[in-house]
Amino acid sequence: MTDIPAGSLHIDKAQAAPASKVRGYWGSVWNRLRYDYVTLSCMALIAVIVLLAVFAPWIAPMDPDKSSMANRLRPIGYKKFLLGTDEQGRDMLSRLLWGGRNSLLMGIVPVIFATTIGGAFGVVAGYYGGKVNMVIMRTMDVFFAFPSVLLAVAIAGSLGGGIFNQMLTLTVVLIPPICRVAETATSQVRSLDFVDAARASGASTISILFSHVLINVLSPVLVYSSTLVSISIILAAGLSFLGLGVAPPTADWGLMLSTLRQSIYVQPLIAALPGVAILITSIAFNLVSDGLRQAMDVKA
Amino acid sequence: MTDVIETTTPTPASRDRGGPAQPMLIVENIKKYFPIRAGLLNRKVAEVKAVDDISFYVLKGETLGIVGESGCGKSTLARLLMYLIEKDEGHLVLDGDPVGEKAGVPLDGLRRSLQMVFQDSYSSLNPRLPIESSIAYGPKVQGASAKSAKEQARALLEKVGLKADRFGQRYPHELSGGQKQRVNIARALALDPRLLILDEAVSALDKSVEAQVLNLLGDLKEQLNLTYIFISHDLHVVKYISDRVLVMYLGQVVEIGPVDKIYEDPKHPYTQALLACRLSMDPDERVDAAPLAGDPPNPVNPPSGCRFHTRCPHAEDVCMSKMPALGDALRSDPSEHLAACHMVHAGSGHSKAPNPEVTTLPLWQGEMR
Repeated sequence: MTDIPAGSLHIDKAQAAPASKVRGYWGSVWNRLRYDYVTLSCMALIAVIVLLAVFAPWIAPMDPDKSSMANRLRPIGYKKFLLGTDEQGRDMLSRLLWGGRNSLLMGIVPVIFATTIGGAFGVVAGYYGGKVNMVIMRTMDVFFAFPSVLLAVAIAGSLGGGIFNQMLTLTVVLIPPICRVAETATSQVRSLDFVDAARASGASTISILFSHVLINVLSPVLVYSSTLVSISIILAAGLSFLGLGVAPPTADWGLMLSTLRQSIYVQPLIAALPGVAILITSIAFNLVSDGLRQAMDVKA
Repeated sequence: MTDVIETTTPTPASRDRGGPAQPMLIVENIKKYFPIRAGLLNRKVAEVKAVDDISFYVLKGETLGIVGESGCGKSTLARLLMYLIEKDEGHLVLDGDPVGEKAGVPLDGLRRSLQMVFQDSYSSLNPRLPIESSIAYGPKVQGASAKSAKEQARALLEKVGLKADRFGQRYPHELSGGQKQRVNIARALALDPRLLILDEAVSALDKSVEAQVLNLLGDLKEQLNLTYIFISHDLHVVKYISDRVLVMYLGQVVEIGPVDKIYEDPKHPYTQALLACRLSMDPDERVDAAPLAGDPPNPVNPPSGCRFHTRCPHAEDVCMSKMPALGDALRSDPSEHLAACHMVHAGSGHSKAPNPEVTTLPLWQGEMR
C-alpha cells in the first residue's frame, strides 16, 4: 500500500460539522414536534377528552342514568341542563362525559392489543418470509376479504354483546391491517445490509429482531395504529348503534347516537351531540398521527 | 505486502493454527444456484448459476482482488463465504480447519474470524442506532459486557480516524459517506477478525474519500495483521491494493494470478477486454469503441462450452463445444498465472493455442497487441 499523504487519513475530522447537541432518536422526534402547533393542540385536546372521561364521576353534574319524564328533549342551555336532555330526560352533558369512558376505551384498548398481536405476526412474517409469510399473510387476507364493518358485525353478532366481546371484536378486526403494515416494513428492513451485518456477527434471530428490526418497524406501525384509534371508536359506535355493543342504559357515544336518532326532527342539535363528540375525537387522533408520521421520519 | 505477516504479529500466536504456509481460507468447488420458481405449484423452472464451481485460496496476509462485471456473482460469492446465504455445494477451509463440519470450526468461529464490509454504507448501518451502539453490537452478541463493548467501540472509532467523543453518539444520517464506511470498517473489526471481505467497500465513495479509506485499509492491515478479499469492479483500485487477482465471468473464475502478471499480461480475452475498458490518464489514448459489446449472457442459460465465446473475438468451434479448464487453482503456486481459455492450453484444438512441443510462452500475445 503506497503513498497518498499520511495526513489525509484525518481530513474527515476537519470537515466534520461543528459538534451539534447530541440527542437520541426520540429527542429529535420531539424537536420536530415542538414546532408543529396543529399536532400539539390536537394532543392537548385528546388529553382533555381523556381526562374528562376519566374523571367523569366527579365532573358530571348529574347522574347520567337518572331519567326525568318531565324534562324530555330539553334544548341546550335549558335551566340546569347545560347541553339539554335526551329522549328520557337524562342530562346530556353527564351522559357525554360518561359515554366518553366507554368510547375511548373502545378506541384505545383494541388498538393496543391489535398492535401487539398484529405487529408480532407481521414482523415474524416479514422477517422469515417464504412459507411462514405465506401462511400468516394469506390468513390475514381472509379477514381482509370482508369489509371491516361487516366483519365486526359478524363477529360481534356471533359473540354477543358486552364490553369484553366488543373489545375482542374490534381487536380481531384491527389485527390484519396492522399486520400488513408491520410485514411490509419488516421485509423492507430485512433486505437492508445491516441485518446481514448483524447476522454475520453471529447474532441470534431474536436478538436481531429486537435490537435491529423492531426499532425500525416501530414508527410506521405506531403511526398507522394511531390512525386506527378513530376508526375503532367509530366501529365501536357502529356496533353499539346496532345493539351489538354495550347494552342500554349504559352511556356510550354510539349508543346515544342510535337512540337519539328518533328525535332528530324534534331536537336536531341534541341528537347531533354524540356525533360531534366522536367527530372531534377521531379528527384529533387523525391529526396527531399525521403529525407523528412527519416527526418520526428520519433523515429530515 | 506479504512480508507483513512475518514482521508484525500483534495477535497471539495461538490464533495462527496452521502456520504461515497454510492458506487463510481455502474455497473448494463452491456452488450456488438460485432456483427460479413459477407457475401455480411454484415449481422450479430454472436455475441462476450465480456461483458455479469456484475454487481458490487466500494466503495469510495477502490481499486477493476479485474483479468482474456486474452480475458475475462477486457479491454472491462474498455472501457465501460469510454464510449469509447457504451454499449448495463445496467446502470452506479456514486456516486448515473445515468450516461447519463436525471436525472443523463451528459457524460461530468462522463469524469471528471472517467479517465483511458491505458496499452500501447507508443501508449497512441501522438508521435508528447511534454508530457506537452499531459497532458495540457484535462484541455484545459474542458475550462481551455492555461496558467493555462500548469501550471497544470507542477505541475502534478512534482507530478508523473518527473522534469517539464527537461521533460516537451520532446517527448514520449525520455522517458523510466516507465516515459511514469508516464506521462499517470499525464494525467489521469489532470482532477482531483475521480475514476481511470488502465487497465494493470503496466503490460508492468519491475519489478523494476513496483514497483515504484505501489508506486506512492499508494501515489497518499492517497493524492488525489482516488478510483481505477485495471485491471491486474498479480495476485501478484492485491493482493498487491487491497482491493477487481473481477474474470472474458469469459465476466462474476465468483467470487468477499475481496482480502484475494479470495486469501486464492478461491471458483470457475477457480480462484483456476488462483491462482495455480502463480509463487512461492520457486523453490521446482515449478508448473510442467499447472493447466488450453487449450484455453478459443470461446466467440462467449460460452458453455451452466457454461461457465467454458469445462475446469473444477469438471464438472458434472448440470454444462452443468444450469448456476450457482453469487448471488446479488449489494446488497451484501463488505466483502461478492460470486462465480458463483454450488459447492458453496446449493441444486444446484452438488455432491460437500453443504448440504442445513448444514450452516457451505462446506468441499470440504479441500478435494481438
